[in-house]
Amino acid sequence: MSEKKKLSENQMFISVLASVVSIIIGLIFGFILLMILNPSKAGIGINAMMTTGFSSLDQFGKVLYQSAPLMLCGLSVGFAFKTGMFNIGATGQYTIGAFCALVGGIAWQLPWWVCLILSFIGGAIWGIFPGLFKALFNVNEVITSIMFNWIGMFLVNLLLANMPIMLASAWGASNSDRTAALSQANPGAIIPKGGLDRLFGNSSWINISVFIAIIVAIICWFILEKTTFGYELKACGFNKEGSRYAGINANRNIVLSMIIAGALSGLGGGLYYLAGTIQYVLEKKTLAMGFNGIPVALLANSNPIGTIFSSLFISYIQVGGSAMQPNFSSESTDIIIAVIIYLAAFALLMRGLIVRIMKGGKSRETAVTENAANVTADKADSMDKDDNKEAKA
Amino acid sequence: MASDYVIEMLHITKEFPGIKANDDITLQLKRGELHALLGENGAGKSTLMSVLFGLYQAEQGTIKKDGKEVQIKDPNDANRLGIGMVHQHFKLVECFSVLDNIILGVEDTKHGFLQKDEARRKVMALSEKYGLRVDPDALVSDISVGMQQRVEILKMLYRDNEILIFDEPTAVLTPQEIDELMEIMRGFKNEGKSILFITHKLAEIMAVADRCTVLRKGKYMGTVDISGTTQEELSKMMVGRDVRLTADKKPCKTGNVILSVKDLVIPSRTHNNNAVRGVSFDVRQGEIVCVAGIEGNGQTELIYGITGLEKVISGNITLKGKDITHAPIRERSMDGMSHIPEDRHKHGLILDYTLEQNLVLQRYRESAFQNKGVIKAGEVRKYADRLIEEFDIRSGQGPVTIARSMSGGNQQKAIIAREIDKQPELLVAVQPTRGLDVGAIEYIHEQLIKERDNGKAVLLVSLELDEVMNLSDRILVMYEGEIVGEFDPKQTTVEELGLYMAGAKRQDGKEAKAS
Ligand SMILES: Nc1ncnc2c1ncn2[C@@H]1O[C@H](COP(=O)(O)OP(=O)(O)OP(=O)(O)O)[C@@H](O)[C@H]1O
Ligand SMILES: [Mg+2]
Repeated sequence: MSEKKKLSENQMFISVLASVVSIIIGLIFGFILLMILNPSKAGIGINAMMTTGFSSLDQFGKVLYQSAPLMLCGLSVGFAFKTGMFNIGATGQYTIGAFCALVGGIAWQLPWWVCLILSFIGGAIWGIFPGLFKALFNVNEVITSIMFNWIGMFLVNLLLANMPIMLASAWGASNSDRTAALSQANPGAIIPKGGLDRLFGNSSWINISVFIAIIVAIICWFILEKTTFGYELKACGFNKEGSRYAGINANRNIVLSMIIAGALSGLGGGLYYLAGTIQYVLEKKTLAMGFNGIPVALLANSNPIGTIFSSLFISYIQVGGSAMQPNFSSESTDIIIAVIIYLAAFALLMRGLIVRIMKGGKSRETAVTENAANVTADKADSMDKDDNKEAKA
Repeated sequence: MASDYVIEMLHITKEFPGIKANDDITLQLKRGELHALLGENGAGKSTLMSVLFGLYQAEQGTIKKDGKEVQIKDPNDANRLGIGMVHQHFKLVECFSVLDNIILGVEDTKHGFLQKDEARRKVMALSEKYGLRVDPDALVSDISVGMQQRVEILKMLYRDNEILIFDEPTAVLTPQEIDELMEIMRGFKNEGKSILFITHKLAEIMAVADRCTVLRKGKYMGTVDISGTTQEELSKMMVGRDVRLTADKKPCKTGNVILSVKDLVIPSRTHNNNAVRGVSFDVRQGEIVCVAGIEGNGQTELIYGITGLEKVISGNITLKGKDITHAPIRERSMDGMSHIPEDRHKHGLILDYTLEQNLVLQRYRESAFQNKGVIKAGEVRKYADRLIEEFDIRSGQGPVTIARSMSGGNQQKAIIAREIDKQPELLVAVQPTRGLDVGAIEYIHEQLIKERDNGKAVLLVSLELDEVMNLSDRILVMYEGEIVGEFDPKQTTVEELGLYMAGAKRQDGKEAKAS
């Protein structure tokens, strides 16, 4: 009994357990979906999804490679969350970051690390707008950042289309719908592999980007948990009026946190496109990577260290999902991935349940859930507010 | 045979991390009785009531309604059993109208559309019957706390509840509103409703309650008949020692002017007129100056202006000779101003931060607590431990307790500890003892007097005239945004203050308009 109690009081343990249980439930649902879509191949499918990431060093290298930009987008969303901002603009910042890195690499022939700094700065600039509009005019950051996602994407396409030197066609390839391959344009802009490729059976994917991302995650954690700056940011996120009372300049912090969030997403774009394996394709759609940062952050409860693991997990099932391709259409694997991520995000709900079970059917989280319910109610209300006013007028 | 008791809570035990909030508590509520629940801050009163209302599940113990055991798993169960509750911190949707708040959760619908006419009639009838004045179309965010509370009470009545729980209803009310509430509660009782009533004010218990159950540190101390007891006995039962109900203090020795306010004009958030209309006064070292008045006469805005939470339209404020009229809040704080705010949840605390994080809220940038922007966690912990010890801040897990989970009174103590320990030149204290138990009030009053004796300036705002008379060296009465009189507490009476507060008299010679 006392052992049980100790465990149930260990918040960390409960959080991790809740995430794991949610993920398992997500996988079970995914399997049921596979059964519906293609019963004869369901077993193979789920097997592919669950094992591909570990099936070969090459595939594992891919998991690590893809996790880096995911991690940064997740950190970006999570960082903004902590300040009470919903950064749905990660994808726009990511796109601008990718663009800056590629211009640095291809047009200006700069080395990889300078390109990364450029992507960092580019994302930061894109993060300023929603932050500034919120701080100065109290414009909801969600609206601004969605608009800036589209502005960012079309702006980048427009600029690239008008910078012939950036396109593959200028570097000996035939296609002009994508940027040049870095191996042709400027091998020096490719993020070094640091010998990891040898370790990973000559994987073409792996490079040091995942380590860069992990270091950034640790820095984010340090800033949020250990510094006065992080203390202020979180205070603003939790209680804006209260932090104003404490003399904290909330507007300054809103802008700063969006700049940092933007910089993180931007760096993610740089890490992804400077690997040398991917070219930026000029398409009329926003990139999914930034949006995937949202579940990454949610799954980790916005904790930067948790983000390391949640991004690895999502990257893992994405790699697994692509291995299901021959038997399942890419759309259906996308659906399954979405279902798994969606259910994994139930971790919070799972927490309450686990505590309840551990305490032998009695819940002590009721108050917390109740609170959460109140908060949601409040949020919903504030959205309805305008309608209400109109109705009354 | 029907039981004498409508509600029996038998041997209730409820644990939180690090603390047994309720330890084998039994409470029996008779039909048609007004039953008070008394106990120190953190004794477990709110927790016990939350168990009855279904917000928490007790680990042990049973609840009986009319002698039959019942399970109350959530507030809906409680509602079905006719149990309603007015919480210590109200649970209203700010941007909904009063009417919408009252019917929320039990709305009538027809083909999926809200039917509010019937509801409106019922609410207005109830409001009429019990004298609970509300404006059904006002937004909750725009109405006074007093009216918010009436909305909470109407919510219970609208649901036809027979057992009414009031968790510290009087802590946020003005003396007039308290009298009204007492009347209303008596009315409920005469109708046969049963009432559970939490308060720290012994006089209220003596005035309206039939019986009183006392808790101490989560344990049951006993239940007494009010007719056979005294305030002293009750407070002794609750705290375990004698409590002095009046503070004694030396005559004040005033020094230099610390705060000087001149012709201050501050806008109002709720109406178009200015809330503060040309107020001037000084506060000197070594004195406690109290701003008294009926709520809503500009005291809140005056304090917002002085502390920087609200911009002033004209006039100026000087602190130790320096003009701070437009200075940012942080600058005022660094120049030696401390502020115990009126609303502890909105301003005083970051509820999701731990107790220790809250205790350094005003000081985390000092070099004692940070080095090059990195917080010295060890120093913060040491500091928090000291304040917790000195101010007797009780909580489940000490410095790492999340502030939200602390009892209301202990949250208040944390704020007071933080603001007093900052060693301010000027302490602005708004309702500092709101929600505190008698023992804690005694301690806080001693602390305020100690500050004053150490040559600090104290600006106090209180709605409680006893506190005003007890503590202050000078009393300024505010009415409709102006200061209408200045008094020496030794040479005035509560009655006289009351006349000025109601606007019936003023000192500047002008005859007050009769109203
Ligand atoms: N949700 C919660 N989680 C953890 N601890 C809690 C929670 N609610 C209350 N407690 C703890 O239980 C104890 C009793 O709290 P409770 O709110 O019942 O006190 P109270 O008697 O109402 O005090 P007050 O007069 O200050 O309102 C306190 O020490 C508090 O810290
Ligand atoms: Mg309480």
